[in-house]
Amino acid sequence: MNTTFSTPLSFPGKKNSGDSVVNGVDLSVNFAGIKAPNPFWLASAPPTDKAYNVVRAYEAGWGGVVWKTLGEEPPAVNVSSRYSAHYGKNREVIGFNNIELITDRSLAINLKEITQVKKDWPDRALIVSIMVPCNEEAWAYILPLVEATGADGIELNLGCPHGMPERGMGAAVGQNPDLIEKVTYWCKKHYSKPVIVKLTPNITDIRVGAQAALRGGADAVSLINTINSITSIDLDNMVAKPTVGHQSTHGGYCGSAVKPIAMNMVAEIARDPATPTLPISGIGGISTWRDAAEFIALGSGSVQVCTAAMLNGFRIVEEMKDGLSRWMAEKGYASIEAFSRKAIPQTTDWKYLDINFKTIAKIDQDLCIECGRCYIACEDTSHQSIAKLTEQDGARRYEVIEEECVGCNLCQITCPVENCITMVPQETGKPFLAWDNDPRNPFRVAS
Amino acid sequence: MTSQLNHLPSAKEVGTYDPQTLESNFSDLHPPLTQRQAMIESQRCLYCFDAPCVEACPSDIDIPSFIRQISENNINGAAQTILEANILGGSCARVCPTEILCERSCVRNHDAECQPVLIGLLQRHATDNMQFDSHPFKRAASTGRHIAVVGAGPAGLSCAHRLAMLGHQVTIFEAEQKPGGLNEYGIARYKMTDDFARKEVEFLLEIGGIDIQYAQRLGDNLTLDTLRHRYDSVFLGLGLGASRALGLTGEDAPGLMPAVDYIKTLRQADDLGSLAVAKRCIVIGAGNTAIDMATQMARLGASEVTLVYRRGVEAMSATDHEQEIAKANGVRMVTWAQPDDILLDAQGRVAGMRFAKTADQAGRLTTTGETFEITADAIFTAIGQGFENASLSDATAAELARDGERIHVDEMFQTSLPNVYAGGDCVKPGQDLTVQAVQHGKLAAHAIHQALAAKQEAA
Repeated sequence: MNTTFSTPLSFPGKKNSGDSVVNGVDLSVNFAGIKAPNPFWLASAPPTDKAYNVVRAYEAGWGGVVWKTLGEEPPAVNVSSRYSAHYGKNREVIGFNNIELITDRSLAINLKEITQVKKDWPDRALIVSIMVPCNEEAWAYILPLVEATGADGIELNLGCPHGMPERGMGAAVGQNPDLIEKVTYWCKKHYSKPVIVKLTPNITDIRVGAQAALRGGADAVSLINTINSITSIDLDNMVAKPTVGHQSTHGGYCGSAVKPIAMNMVAEIARDPATPTLPISGIGGISTWRDAAEFIALGSGSVQVCTAAMLNGFRIVEEMKDGLSRWMAEKGYASIEAFSRKAIPQTTDWKYLDINFKTIAKIDQDLCIECGRCYIACEDTSHQSIAKLTEQDGARRYEVIEEECVGCNLCQITCPVENCITMVPQETGKPFLAWDNDPRNPFRVAS
Repeated sequence: MTSQLNHLPSAKEVGTYDPQTLESNFSDLHPPLTQRQAMIESQRCLYCFDAPCVEACPSDIDIPSFIRQISENNINGAAQTILEANILGGSCARVCPTEILCERSCVRNHDAECQPVLIGLLQRHATDNMQFDSHPFKRAASTGRHIAVVGAGPAGLSCAHRLAMLGHQVTIFEAEQKPGGLNEYGIARYKMTDDFARKEVEFLLEIGGIDIQYAQRLGDNLTLDTLRHRYDSVFLGLGLGASRALGLTGEDAPGLMPAVDYIKTLRQADDLGSLAVAKRCIVIGAGNTAIDMATQMARLGASEVTLVYRRGVEAMSATDHEQEIAKANGVRMVTWAQPDDILLDAQGRVAGMRFAKTADQAGRLTTTGETFEITADAIFTAIGQGFENASLSDATAAELARDGERIHVDEMFQTSLPNVYAGGDCVKPGQDLTVQAVQHGKLAAHAIHQALAAKQEAA
């Protein structure tokens, strides 16, 4: 047996199989016409560079793969020293960046491998990422070749923030709505299967790019691509990392740290009246089943993972599928579709929030370990709403001064003990009132 | 020093002697943290506000601050934070009973994990790994004052260093041939490895302005009267060199000696194999000295070490942690028994001890009338220390007001004699901890400085 193209071993019920039913829950998705046994896909990146990795990913149970970006011949040439991490204090990787380019292997080899892998793994989603120069001929040349592989769809890499923009590709296209629309249009013209447009976050308003993709005929968008970044500086040699020789450059940032930024961008598109039903493949720091559930709740129909796999290996999909399906079963969600976009109605603009809502902090004295972190945070930087008292036996006691508390959550955030400080909504007796309608608002609109 | 044990075999002659094993028996009891362990441990600190650990530290070290500096890989900064509060922070990191001080008050004990941050080991990490190009503390402009410090133990050294920093000239008078006091002569060998006490004093003296005169013993070749006349102020940082006696006949028999004297020899020994070892020995007492003695004798090769205390385990002044160390070394603990008679062999040497069983009768310790005997080749006493009679016997020293046996001081560490200050083990009974002595010396230095400055202003 050829080890590179090993046929999938199928054990029904085996944990890492491609079975869509896990813990009694159906995890399968139909994303813009692309079917996959689960919503966990590997994003276009080093883990999906070649058949060897992709087959290992499928064997591990990933529902889909976006093959690392193909381009024109000759292939890109990469530098040595490519990744750099933003560490937490315990050396856990909070964020991660890279200065790698698109595939550095020949187009012919990639196409051959894609064809074989799709043939061997018909039930898994296989999407091909593409980036060629911004002219119709270039796209018209490559698209039929990709179509011939039998892959399920393509993803347009319009977001790569380093190396490629300097050649008029990647983010150079993704930052220009007119070019997004034009390239998408060419793809729909020369390719019959679903077209996903991958958006760059290195812009001011993500909705503009999504709207342009939709105008060009995109079947879906995926986001976010990586963020322009410098992770750290080697202060001895005064050079950023990753260091190539004695120099460095900005790279694309990803990993847990970008998740909040990515989720906002996903939500912005999901609740934009101009793109209400545009399918979204969520990307950005997804490391656990919970991250995935959050992206799906904000409107993602599938999720793409890269950094977490690069840090832990492909096996993490096991825990993701298991955790997500158990949570879905507990909540009674029979399918991914059943909770997709569920958090969108509650995600709104600031001006629509209830100005009369009031919540205040409550400290559970039995759980308090007397560290004083809530006290000093509130005292120095917030509203001086926590009193520092001393018990008869010398023990410290911290109490919320309810009339001063504005419900900012800072004390709860600084508290090292889970559930020790809770935020308790107060009965104010006042009706719902949006700032938009508040008499105190000089620009109010009549309700 | 151990001539009382001349008839006993040496460690070389006991059991299966292996010099390397013997050496390793006295290597670091608690190995230092690695860089990685220190980084992880430092992350556990919650950086409490008004931190309970600081309140518990007798020397007021800003613990959350130095731990945060470790976590930011600022080791010199961490060391300086420690040393500016406690110039002997390195030895305190080794000998402090952190389990009853900072670590006991750590809020992480209340947390679900029930494990304090390892503050002592983190302090050691900082002080072991600091690398200063020059001494981190600078001296203020010279005040022209010269102060005498008696005793180069933790209290005296701490006082001298702070006085030097404040711009004074200091002369330390030390009775022994080396500085360090109990750090050099008294602490168990496996707590102070690699000649650390000497290195620490060398570091401390780098500040300049301090000179030490050795073999200067108060009440012998030195009088308080002379010091008061020659110097602007005097700080007494005396140790308690005399061991309490049992008060039994046969106390001077070969085979019986104070534990501190044996430990002193052990600490200074170049060749552990040359030390006299009692195959079976008895240690009388329940403090850390008793534990140190018993444990070290076990590690030297004694096969039976029995520690005997007249009260129960809960009344022992040695901490639980110390007791555990002794037990882990095979030391047998016998409680509720007090020495009744020293048993001698035909040559008049120690052959064992008879004990009277004791009981607590409404708070009073009484004997029950029952006795038992323990066979032993040696008996080590560790039932408390006091002043050497001569040290406070000159006319001026005799005037010092006392709190019991100890020297009376006010809250500014001033004795009843003008310009004479005191601190450390020689003042009011406390826990007699190194860290407390360091604090006394430091605070006394500030008191001396203020008093001299006030005098100058008045003049």
